[in-house]
This record gives sequence, C-alpha cells and structure tokens, in this order.
Amino acid sequence: MLYREAGQFKTSYVADQAIFPILQDRIFVALILAVAFVGIPVLAISAGAEAYWLGTIMVPLLAYALAAIGLNILTGYAGQVSLGTGGFMAVGAFAAYKLATAFPWLNVVLVFLLAGLVTAAVGIMFGFPSLRIKGFYLTVATLASQFFLIWLFNKVPWFTNYAPSGVINAPPRAVFSDIFVTGSEARPLAKYYFVLVIVTVLALAAKNLVRGRVGRAWMAIRDMDIAAEIIGIRPLQTKLLAFAVSSFYCGIAGALWAHVYTSSVEALAFDIDTSFTVLFMIIIGGLGSILGSFLGAAFITLLPLFLENVPPKLGLAISVNLVTNIQQIIFGALIVFFLIAEPRGLARLWQIGKEKLRLWPFPH
Amino acid sequence: MATLYALFVDPFAQMWDNPEFLLEVVIGGLLSGVLYSLVALGYVLIYKASGVFNFAQGTMVLFAALTFSGCIDLHVPIWLSFIIVIAVMVVLAFGIERVVLRPLVNQEQIILFMATIGITYFLRGLGQIVWGGNVRTLDIGLPKAPMIIGGVLVNAFDLVSAAAAGSLVAILAVFFQKTAVGRALRAVADDHQAAQAVGIPLKTIWVIVWTTAGIVALVAGILWGTNLGVQFSIELVALKALPVLILGGFTSVPGAIVGGLIVGAGEKVAEVFWGPALGGAIEDWFAYMLALAFLLVRPQGLFGERIIERV
Repeated sequence: MLYREAGQFKTSYVADQAIFPILQDRIFVALILAVAFVGIPVLAISAGAEAYWLGTIMVPLLAYALAAIGLNILTGYAGQVSLGTGGFMAVGAFAAYKLATAFPWLNVVLVFLLAGLVTAAVGIMFGFPSLRIKGFYLTVATLASQFFLIWLFNKVPWFTNYAPSGVINAPPRAVFSDIFVTGSEARPLAKYYFVLVIVTVLALAAKNLVRGRVGRAWMAIRDMDIAAEIIGIRPLQTKLLAFAVSSFYCGIAGALWAHVYTSSVEALAFDIDTSFTVLFMIIIGGLGSILGSFLGAAFITLLPLFLENVPPKLGLAISVNLVTNIQQIIFGALIVFFLIAEPRGLARLWQIGKEKLRLWPFPH
Repeated sequence: MATLYALFVDPFAQMWDNPEFLLEVVIGGLLSGVLYSLVALGYVLIYKASGVFNFAQGTMVLFAALTFSGCIDLHVPIWLSFIIVIAVMVVLAFGIERVVLRPLVNQEQIILFMATIGITYFLRGLGQIVWGGNVRTLDIGLPKAPMIIGGVLVNAFDLVSAAAAGSLVAILAVFFQKTAVGRALRAVADDHQAAQAVGIPLKTIWVIVWTTAGIVALVAGILWGTNLGVQFSIELVALKALPVLILGGFTSVPGAIVGGLIVGAGEKVAEVFWGPALGGAIEDWFAYMLALAFLLVRPQGLFGERIIERV
C-alpha cells in the first residue's frame, strides 16, 4: 500500500529513465539526505559531542563508504575480486599529500580529484594482469599491489617529503577562504560537510555509471567474460575502466581518510587489514549495490562501537583485549551467517523489505 | 647510472665472486621454501577436493600451533599434545563442514572463499581468547645449531623441517595413491557429481580433507613456531604461501612443493643481492611480483590444470 508503482505513469523518456523513478524512492532519498545534512549535525551539536560524533564516527564512516563503492564497482559490478584496496587508498593519501605540498595554492578539492586520477593511473597499471589472469589467481595477484605499494611508500622517502618518521601530516587547506577542512584547525563540522558533499556527489555519479552502458558492460564481463566478448564488449577497455574508476574512488577515500580524518598517517595504516575491512563491507552490504556499500560501511564501523559501549552499560566488565577478540569472532560469524542467510547482503534485505511494503497490509 | 649498476651488474658480480655464498643463500632459501610449501599444501588439498580456496589455512596453522604450544605449557607430553591437537582439528573440520560448507553447497566459489575469510576471523579471535595473545616459544627439542656440510653453512633445524616436510608429502602421496579413501578423494577432486553418482559420500570426504589440511597445518605450525615463536606473524608468513600457490597452480601437489622452493630461493637471493639497492625488505612483495610476472606467461601456474573456457 505504502510503497507501490501503481498509478505513477511516466509520460516522457526522461521520467522513465530517472535515477529514482518512483515517488516513494525520491522521498526516501530526500529524507536520507536531510538526515545526513541537517539531522546528524544538529543532533551532534546539541549533544555537545561534535568532535566525537562527526569527527570520529561519521567522517571515517563516509570515507570507508567511498572506498566500499570503489571496491564494489570492481568486485560487485565488474567481478574482479581485489585485495589491493588498502594499497590504492595509500596511493590516494600520498598523492594528495605530494600535490598539496608541491602546489600550496591548489584548492583542496582539486588536490583530492587529482589524487584520485593518480590512483586511477596506478590502478590501470595493476589492472593489466586481469586480462590474462582470472578468478583466484587474480585475487592473489592483486595482493602484489597491496604489498608493493605499502613497501614503496615506506621505503622511498620522497613520498613523505623526507620525513624521518615516515609519517605524513596533512597540511592545513581551506575549501573557501577560511573554512579549513584539513589540518589541525579544521572544525569537525566543516570536515563532515566537506566529506559528505564529496561522497554524495561521487555516490550519485557511481549510481549513474552502473545503471548506464558502462555498468552493463561491467556486469556482462562479471557474469561471463567470453560471452560478453562475443556480444561485442571489449574486455580490455571494460576491465581497465573498472580498475581505473574503482581506484579513483579508493584513492579519494584514502585521501579523505589520511587528510581529513586522521591528519597524520603512515603507510602502514593502509595495510592488508584495510583491504579486508573494505571487502567485508561490500560482502555484508551487498555485492553490486551502491546502497549496500553505505550499509556495509555503516555496519562495520558501528559494530565495534556497539560492542565497546553496550556491554559496560549492561554491567558486564569486559577487558579491552577480550572485546577485540570477541569482535573478531562476531565479525567472522556474521560474515558466514550473512553468506548463508543472504549472499547478496543488507542491500538485498532492503529490497525484500520493499517487496513486503508493496503488499502490506495484505498478505497477497 | 649508479642505480642501474647496482641493479643489473653488481648483484651478478657478487654472485660470480663468491659462489659459495650464493650456494649458501640458495640452500637457505630452498629450506625456508619447504615451509612455504607445507602451508601451500594445505590450500591445495582443500581446493582439489572441494573447490574451496581456503583462506583460513594460515589461521589454521596458527591455531594448531597455539593449541599445541598451549598443551605443552600445561605439561602435557608431546605425543599426547599432538593427538589432542589432531582431535581438535577433526572437531574443527566437522564443525566447518556442518556449519559453513553444507549450507553453502552449490554457491559460487567466491562466496565460499569469503566464508573462509569469516572462518579466519573467527579462529583468530577464538585462538586469542583461549590461549592469550602473547608470543609463545615452542621448544620440542628440535636441533637448532648451525652446521657445515661440504663447506656450506646449513641450519640443522632447516634440515629437520625439510625432512619432516618430505616425509609428510611422502605419506600424503601414499595415502592418496594407495588407499581406498585416497582414491575417493581423487575421484571427488576430479568430478563431484560423478563421484557422488558412484556412491562416494561427499560430506565424509570433506571432513577427511579438512582434517588432513588441519594436520598439515599442525606440522607447519610446529615448524614455524619453533622457528619464529608462536605468534601472529605466522599468519602473515602464511600469506606468502599464496604466491607459492599461484606459481605452482591451485590444483597440484607437486606444484605446491616446487612453487615453495622457487619462491623461497628466489626471495632469499633477491633480498641478499638486490635488497640493498632497493632499500631492503623486498621480501615482503618479491614473491607476489615473481608470481605475477610468471602468471602473465602461464595463467594456470606451473602444474595447474589447463583453463578451458566455454560459453
């Protein structure tokens, strides 16, 4: 009753091809955006915990969501399982650092976009083997990029501007005249809005990309590359484009992580565990779904907070060590559970929910 | 120019000048490659029989080693601890078959792979809760003294581990080739459906395979643990088995052995002769790059089955 297409007639091609063709979907997206742009900041400020809520929870969550979108494009849509996400995020972070310090007059938005492009180029380089190597062989081969890139940033002092510690500190940069979004003076609110706008724009772009010609080519390659080749999709261009776009997103996510969230970071922060974390996000969120990337990122970032905060409130004293171990067990169990219960993740559950809403309150 | 010299001339000049040293490095590398082979062997066993790329193999090595050293610390005799750990691995195999593999039967390989990543995290957390996160030393009386054989410095421990790995492979070969269970395992590896059609119980076979992989993990864990102490870096070392795997081919037991030897020797030689020119610690990624370069020429690995694709 509440959620149904019936009666919503489309009278033009534009309306038919709209990104959210149903009124209820548009309302829902508007609501989400309203919560993200107004609700969360107001709540955080009125609770007096701006730095914690916005700076410590929401900013990394959004950065992870962006990385998850990137990996989802490569793995969920184009079917190339990659364990090199951490490496590409590191490329983005270090490229942004080099660009920001080499060209101090460059606007920070441009810096991040350029960093994304640099990462895309690196991604293409590591995407070349995908033409010859497939399946698990490719998955293992992407580990090469992970280990090699992290080693490179650790060993070559040029990338850290010869900092003896190997740590890069984000230089303070402003979007407009004095609204700083990176560096120590940046207010959490400004950081949050900056990240939110970037992530919203890029998520919309990704959504449009995957429902268009390019996205369909990716999905054809994913489902069966030989068949895709026969119907006229060029595997070389399609796969490399997937690697490029995916790395672009991961690179920007890494730059946001290093410059906006942590402000100072070393290459090891993007180790193989990062790759796995992002992979879990898209498994739990849903392979081949942009919405799923957000759901997965939210789930994986919020679960530890939940596990840390809830047991003490219930009067259970659990040591920090035990909490991390229990987290790992729960992570592992949840992943297996999700794969068994719903291999297509939270996004699929959301779809099922919509189907149910379509009939509600009637059983048939 | 200086860099080019350091990369392309100097290493070979060094090798030419001091062939004994080169031999020593290669032998050291080969012997440590044996340990990679052992871990890779676990992957191959499971992949062959159930088509699952078991990412948890590394954690199984760690888990087995942790349980083993935990038993030893509780003053259980070595032979009894060995039996206890094998029992634990059998229970684990049953659990995995029942809880993870059976509900996921007929799913795509990638889903199964991700499920084993879930198992990895589960085991990692469980192992730490039960046995604590400290580094444990494991000493079951294996010799560790260096010795000189034919003018070449060799570590006695490496020889013992090579012997252990060799005999394990021999036992496995006999088990696979000569016993009824082994024949059933090979049948399942060849064709699941045909195997089921002639009455081979798939579930039992899976439990047996996972148990075998668990025992291989235990042997690898004991050897690594004696070498490095039982700690989480063992898991990272197990990641090194992945390039071994793709180098040798996912489905080939000899491939795992030869791949391990190539990676072990190549890595040591690269580190010793090219490491200084590149800033050191190239061991971290060299194996992967080697495997990657190799795969470009032969996508199915050295001994892997030829990949035939049909629409």
